[in-house]
Amino acid sequence: MSRVSDEPATGVLDDVELYLGIYRRMLLIRGFEDLVQSLFLKGEVYGTTHLYSGQEAVATGVASLLEERDRVAATYRGHGHALALGVDPQKLLDEMLARETGINGGRAGSMNVNSLADRLIGSFGIVGGSIAAATGAALALQRTTGGVAVAYFGDGAMNQGYFFECLNFAQVLKLPLLLVCENNQYGEYTPFRSVTAGEIRARAEVMEVPAETIDGMSVWAVREAAARAVAHARGGNGPAFIEALTYRFVGHSRSDPGAYRPEGELERWKQRDPIVLLRAQLEAEGVDGARLDELEQAVARELEEMRERGLAAPFPSELAAREFKD
Amino acid sequence: MPTLDFRSAIREALDEELAADERVILFGEDIAVAGGVFATTTGLYEKYGAERVFDTPISELALAGAAFGSAVTGLRPVLEVMFGDFLGLAMDSLVNQSTKYWFLTEEQVSVPLTIRSVVGAGGRFGAIHSQMPVSWFMGVPGLKIVGPSTPADAKALLKASIRDDNPVLFFEHKRLYGNQGEVDATPARLGEAAVVREGTDVTIATAMKSVHDALEAAEALAADRVLAEVIDLRTLRPLDLETVVASVRKTNRLAVVEEGPVTGGWAGEVLASVTEDALGYLDDAWRIATPNTPIPYSPPLEDAFLPGPARIAAEIRRRLR
Repeated sequence: MSRVSDEPATGVLDDVELYLGIYRRMLLIRGFEDLVQSLFLKGEVYGTTHLYSGQEAVATGVASLLEERDRVAATYRGHGHALALGVDPQKLLDEMLARETGINGGRAGSMNVNSLADRLIGSFGIVGGSIAAATGAALALQRTTGGVAVAYFGDGAMNQGYFFECLNFAQVLKLPLLLVCENNQYGEYTPFRSVTAGEIRARAEVMEVPAETIDGMSVWAVREAAARAVAHARGGNGPAFIEALTYRFVGHSRSDPGAYRPEGELERWKQRDPIVLLRAQLEAEGVDGARLDELEQAVARELEEMRERGLAAPFPSELAAREFKD
Repeated sequence: MPTLDFRSAIREALDEELAADERVILFGEDIAVAGGVFATTTGLYEKYGAERVFDTPISELALAGAAFGSAVTGLRPVLEVMFGDFLGLAMDSLVNQSTKYWFLTEEQVSVPLTIRSVVGAGGRFGAIHSQMPVSWFMGVPGLKIVGPSTPADAKALLKASIRDDNPVLFFEHKRLYGNQGEVDATPARLGEAAVVREGTDVTIATAMKSVHDALEAAEALAADRVLAEVIDLRTLRPLDLETVVASVRKTNRLAVVEEGPVTGGWAGEVLASVTEDALGYLDDAWRIATPNTPIPYSPPLEDAFLPGPARIAAEIRRRLR
């Protein structure tokens, strides 16, 4: 894997306006996660949350290649996957706040968000579950619309049976499946190297699936690799695999301060913050810094309004839970 | 009415549903080219082609996931899991994905999948190819569990299962495949029990192979002027309690015969529910199930393990004395 140079040069971004849209989406995801965290600390978000901060380039880069007929299966660290697909951030926030106006009426919560209207099959709370769901979606898409199914999962899922079984199944049936491993270096609290034998990419290569390890902090590197992978899958050639090297800027879940990280590691990764990298690149391409500042302020205002609306929204009635018939 | 064996009734149901709806697909291990290890899918691959009927790797995790993902993306998958004992491998996707989705989508997106699986003891298959996994799944909201006892029900209930819009586990008892019976075109509804023999002295509620054992026991009891009513539950989740309670109001006694370990089984669920609804009508109620041990291989051991007709008749005689 060649890491993207941190010295911006011109002519790197193929479509500056498109990347401005991606930049806005990345700001939205980061701000959304900061908001969820602050609401969590105030007791307004319940249970647990797994934040996507630091990994924004992966979901936004991949989503920028997807069509209406495609489908995505996300992980329980899935707010970014959902927002990258265009899920209404207000409805997503309201779901975190457990309100009736949530995207799933308060039934799902942070780990189980779904919105097929936005192409999101679901977020899956079992490590590797997203791979299973996307494999099945790929089976159906191959027989219907010709769409591609994408599974996001972490380095932890590489050691689940779902990965081996589904990749083999998809390869022998030549299913239109894109597997995106977000290697954020830790499975829960444990460094992936200490629990993972060999190289992640090699596990796909042994099944003769095209596989790339890429700089997951660079959204244009993600977008370029995703374009190759989606073209392979859409062309009827079977699954493709991407290992995106990335880092979560927060602990595994809300109760984890990340004390197991070596000193200086977080700071080193933050120097390669995907939002900072993209901003520098946009400026190198000639985008006025003031325009980017305005974008940041607009997203911040939007989030503040969302917070107020969300906190004013009603909770679901107890009756709604009792009415469910299986 | 044509007479068919149970195996052919299953095959006819699959054939008719594949023909009726192009969204129906059928997959599993050895089910296409080889026609299924229990020969329930013979000829379907030749008739419908590899797009609709296909062989898979031995990968139950992937298969259960493929069923879920394809069901929420426009298809109506029918998955064969060769032996019910293998359902442990399929359990995560079935329990944590398929049965949750209707609820999590606020009843907007259904999951029309059917998992067929061969279950039950008496075939000398030993501890891990003979189990009755109903009780593994009884506490899973969002799941239906169907277990037919006759060729007519096998066909009608499998068709209803495939047409159902949410997950159905369809159990085929391996010792019923050779049974013959009349099969008509009457559709069936899931969740409805049937009174298969009328009587006034005791109600026997049961399912699958044990229905035949209960009927044999009822015949033997009739010679002693004990009139047993036999109910074929047909669907174990949801249970048709109305039919059982109506019978108990007449007979005042209930024996629930379950092929499966007595602890944590569905027979206990039937007893609990009937007790809650109709305690005042009950003079006696008990379970006739298998011991809390794994299933033995040797024929004398396995035969003693199962609640066969002789044990059912003997227990009823003793309790009615």
